[in-house]
Amino acid sequence: MSTAREAKPHLTRPHVLALLREMLRIRRFEERCAELYQQEKIRGFLHLYIGEEAVAVGVMQALLPEDAVVATYREHGQALARGVAMNPLMAEMYGKQEGCSRGRGGSMHVFDAATRFYGGNAIVGGGLPLAVGLALADRMQNRANVTACFFGEGAAAEGEFHESMNLAALWRLPVLFVCENNLYAMGTALAISESETDIRAKAQCYRVPSAVVDGMDVVAVEAAARAAVAAIRAGEGPQFLECRTYRFRAHSMFDAQLYRSKEEVERWKERCPIAQLSAWGRSVGLVHDADIAAMEAEIATEVQASVDFAEAGSWEPLSDLARDVTTPREAA
Amino acid sequence: MPAASASAAAAPGVARIATTYREAVRAAIREALARDPRTFIMGEDVGRYGGCYAVTKGLLDEFGPERIRDTPLSESGFVGAGIGAALGGMRPIVEVMTVNFSMLCLDQILNTAATLRHMSGGQFSVPVVIRMATGAGRQLAAQHSHSLENWYAHIPGIRVLAPATLEDARGMLATALADPDPVVIFENVMLYNMAGEIAADAGAVDIDRASVRRAGRDLSLVTYGGSLWKTLAAADELAREGIEAEVIDLRTLRPLDDATIMASVRRTRRAVVIDEGWRTGSLAGEISARIVEQCFWSLDAPIGRVCTAEVPIPYPKHLEDAALPQVPAIVAAARAALGR
Repeated sequence: MSTAREAKPHLTRPHVLALLREMLRIRRFEERCAELYQQEKIRGFLHLYIGEEAVAVGVMQALLPEDAVVATYREHGQALARGVAMNPLMAEMYGKQEGCSRGRGGSMHVFDAATRFYGGNAIVGGGLPLAVGLALADRMQNRANVTACFFGEGAAAEGEFHESMNLAALWRLPVLFVCENNLYAMGTALAISESETDIRAKAQCYRVPSAVVDGMDVVAVEAAARAAVAAIRAGEGPQFLECRTYRFRAHSMFDAQLYRSKEEVERWKERCPIAQLSAWGRSVGLVHDADIAAMEAEIATEVQASVDFAEAGSWEPLSDLARDVTTPREAA
Repeated sequence: MPAASASAAAAPGVARIATTYREAVRAAIREALARDPRTFIMGEDVGRYGGCYAVTKGLLDEFGPERIRDTPLSESGFVGAGIGAALGGMRPIVEVMTVNFSMLCLDQILNTAATLRHMSGGQFSVPVVIRMATGAGRQLAAQHSHSLENWYAHIPGIRVLAPATLEDARGMLATALADPDPVVIFENVMLYNMAGEIAADAGAVDIDRASVRRAGRDLSLVTYGGSLWKTLAAADELAREGIEAEVIDLRTLRPLDDATIMASVRRTRRAVVIDEGWRTGSLAGEISARIVEQCFWSLDAPIGRVCTAEVPIPYPKHLEDAALPQVPAIVAAARAALGR
């Protein structure tokens, strides 16, 4: 299996199975979330990552435990791939106090100090300056960490995208900017919102070295992320990775998808990152039917256990409503 | 310029030094940088230029460009970076040139800094200090002169300070940096040149309590920041008419120190609030509401408010002066509260 310190992926059987398993965990977790939403167990906004799993799983292969991750409101995939345990993640979806954010954040605000997972940010573009600052702190304290910052192509229209590219490049900070280009900012296509639709070009104009990668190919994403992270660790400053991907489901559970055709969705589904890796693995003899069956069974058990955990969880008492608005003074 | 006469009375035997508000803030920043390697300051023109209001002048030579960090004109970017750096273990001081410009980073302060601790279930604190200039009086017109302290005082999750005296200019920063949560400090532009004396060993002060700057029995004048000195001048004028006004300097605008305000109002039974913000939705309105909630049965007169006229601050001196709370209006409001 590849270790995160290596610059290239090694497609050993254990590593291919691990990639497949991580993507499948995200897929099955979120499929269950969609069902739970219909049952009104999960409320609020629920943004599914289904179709885009290769991006989070590929990028996380390049990170070490001491690195930091900043993500968006569509972050279940990043959280699972980063190592946030499924039980507290599902409890968070329910809003139970056993959730990874004590249930206060819900689907859009997953936080986990143990894995340096800094959200769960639901202001588009808002996570980018945060990532710049985390990287600045690492730099100023002589730590060799990388901060990986995920955002959609819609964020490229925000001023904070441009301010953050400039700051990170100007100060040569160790940030891996990961643009998940799924073609639509909610329902607004790139071509009707941007005069320049080449997102990479925007990063390059700030002198941030940039690459475009097939975001439906987890191995390609991993390879690109490893190369970018190696450059960052070598002191070459921030790197930009545009992953071209596609969201198979609606933007959120309230989206009638008037802005795209069923044919387009079906065409992209043919490029499902899980099906592609699985088919390739079988064709080269690295993945067998029994592997898939075992994996599916294990994941089904894990997902069910997370639902059971969330169901058994408790509601935060009303007396805790204002807890942690600020730090208790005696603890300060 | 006001003289800093309301500063703490000199204790016998303690050496006094001459200073200005600007120098006091600078001394506090210098001390913070010297004491804690995690502290640095960043903002527009804080380094080579020396600070828009010359607060950080000279610090670049002393501490170098890593810790006196000039930023591009990217308020949201560098304030957000300050928040991220705080999350990453640093103790940043971020300078925003004026509160008007801070509208460009309000998102980061409100949606990130103020929410993170609660939203993450207590996992992440944001120990960032954001300093900004506020207030009118320098004929800088409608995009450099406003007092939006109340916008920040509205936000749970942050602490909001308004140092009005030399001691507070010198002492609030250290306490703010020791606070594990975000702190916003407002420095009124009319105070930077204020001169006076402080104890040579002046240091950290509390950031929890309001302060009675002048004792009086007849009514309570509640204010903060640049308006403190106008209010004290008004109290002197009232004293010549035989009216003894108590003057309360709020110091901390969030959380408000209700106890000090209410103790005063219960004694004087009359209150006027002086606030350089616009009247509608003002801090003066909030304080008035609290007095009514907590002291209604002690009041002998309606609460008065002296606020800025509800106009964008104009450039010409006579119009700017007319827009702001001034001594005659404070005196008049005090007289009205006493039925005179």
